[in-house]
Amino acid sequence: MNHMTYARAGNSAEAIRLAGERPQSKYLGGGTNLVDLMRENIEAPLSLIDVTALSSEIVAREDGGLMLGAAATNTAVAADRTVRQRFPVLARAILAGASGQIRNMATVGGNILQRTRCYYFYDDAARCNKRTPGAGCDAIEGFNRIHAILGASPSCVATHPSDMCVALAALDAVVHIDGPRGTRTIKLVDFHRLPGGHPEVETELAPDELVTAVELPLLPSGMRSTYLKVRDRASYAFALVSVAAAIDVAQDGAIREVRLALGGVAPKPWRALAAEGVLKGLPACEESFRTAAEAELKDAVGLRDNSFKIELAKRTIVHTLCSLTESARA
Amino acid sequence: MKFTINKEVFELAVDVRTSLLDLLRERLHLTGTKKGCDQGACGACTVLVDGERINSCLALAVQYEGRSIVTVEGLGTASALHPLQHAFIEHDGFQCGYCTPGQICSAIGMAGELARGVPSVVTDDLTLETIELSHDELRERMSGNLCRCGAHNGIVEAVRETFAEKANP
Repeated sequence: MNHMTYARAGNSAEAIRLAGERPQSKYLGGGTNLVDLMRENIEAPLSLIDVTALSSEIVAREDGGLMLGAAATNTAVAADRTVRQRFPVLARAILAGASGQIRNMATVGGNILQRTRCYYFYDDAARCNKRTPGAGCDAIEGFNRIHAILGASPSCVATHPSDMCVALAALDAVVHIDGPRGTRTIKLVDFHRLPGGHPEVETELAPDELVTAVELPLLPSGMRSTYLKVRDRASYAFALVSVAAAIDVAQDGAIREVRLALGGVAPKPWRALAAEGVLKGLPACEESFRTAAEAELKDAVGLRDNSFKIELAKRTIVHTLCSLTESARA
Repeated sequence: MKFTINKEVFELAVDVRTSLLDLLRERLHLTGTKKGCDQGACGACTVLVDGERINSCLALAVQYEGRSIVTVEGLGTASALHPLQHAFIEHDGFQCGYCTPGQICSAIGMAGELARGVPSVVTDDLTLETIELSHDELRERMSGNLCRCGAHNGIVEAVRETFAEKANP
């Protein structure tokens, strides 16, 4: 690690001012990803601006939505009574990620901005276009069992590692941003970029901008939601495939509304719009779910070691939707 | 900078790069807390901050100025063990002992989370006010602490006896 300065910001205006004054600065949340990356010399900021004292409030809004302060810890969000009642998919996604210790440290803002766990990104002896633009990618023809089957490019096949973001994608979450040019909002599904020719640019956030909150719009009361994660061991591992789902089934058994997002399969939290489009109006049954899963994975491309994810993703979608709709009938 | 560790206040200058783990071990010679992977994968470095368990290897010490930090040295002494330390001995909850301080701090933090009603991924009903420390809950909640000797069965038994039986007599 190189030498760096440290300052603790009391509010977002102060954080943004400090970032403007200090070249090559980085905002620091719980540190669970950034500290590791600095130790590996993948991130080398000259200055850290600690933003954990910024808003960590979780505030229920009158319209049924919820605002999560960016500094709220993952544990605080998952334990929040309103989150557990109205947005179980989010509580379950967070609890499926990391360990108790890490969830106590990690923040909402940091979780959104965490970087891929691609082995080649972490190994500075390997070629990585994300770490060194134009260097090449050793994952594409390397050991790529954990890599992407959707949305990848010839320059990068890394996946986004977050569980929380998969739920946020399904929930139509909105990211609130502050910066020297003022405040703005962007939908979570538009926040992360696909790699294309520039995998080093991962989000729409400018370097001097700060994530201040995440807004969850009301999830219609008829919608049941959950999160299912498939991984190499029962706990404390990143997803091979995960599914965040919310569904509302009418009295006659037809699907009134459905939201679906996938994790572990793409460079960003993957909102499954093709599947959603197929499902609307169909009877809530295994056959419909399978048809929708086929539609979503139609363009999936397997690499040497990860083609199993294509069928695994389909089956995980079907299983998740079956369990949500069966428990509704029970 | 002022750090409160095991109720004692230490005043010292700290480089921004120093992890809380290195501060404890290298600067204050509190070597009970162990460095395993140094990347948040093993849990050997677990300490309690304001009662909550964290991985001290991923924590920059400067972020923890003014907070109340408790390490295994602050839990008990050789003549007056913490009940969980006693249970680890009774149930063979270790062989080499390297993961033990992290396991013990983690289990104490875990018991606090349970008392506050924090759910886990294996909690069936998220709306429950109180959650019982079942075998599955215990194993899931302790998954951030690895034991390469394979003493997990003894660890589970020690934690269950100390926290589950007390909570659910």
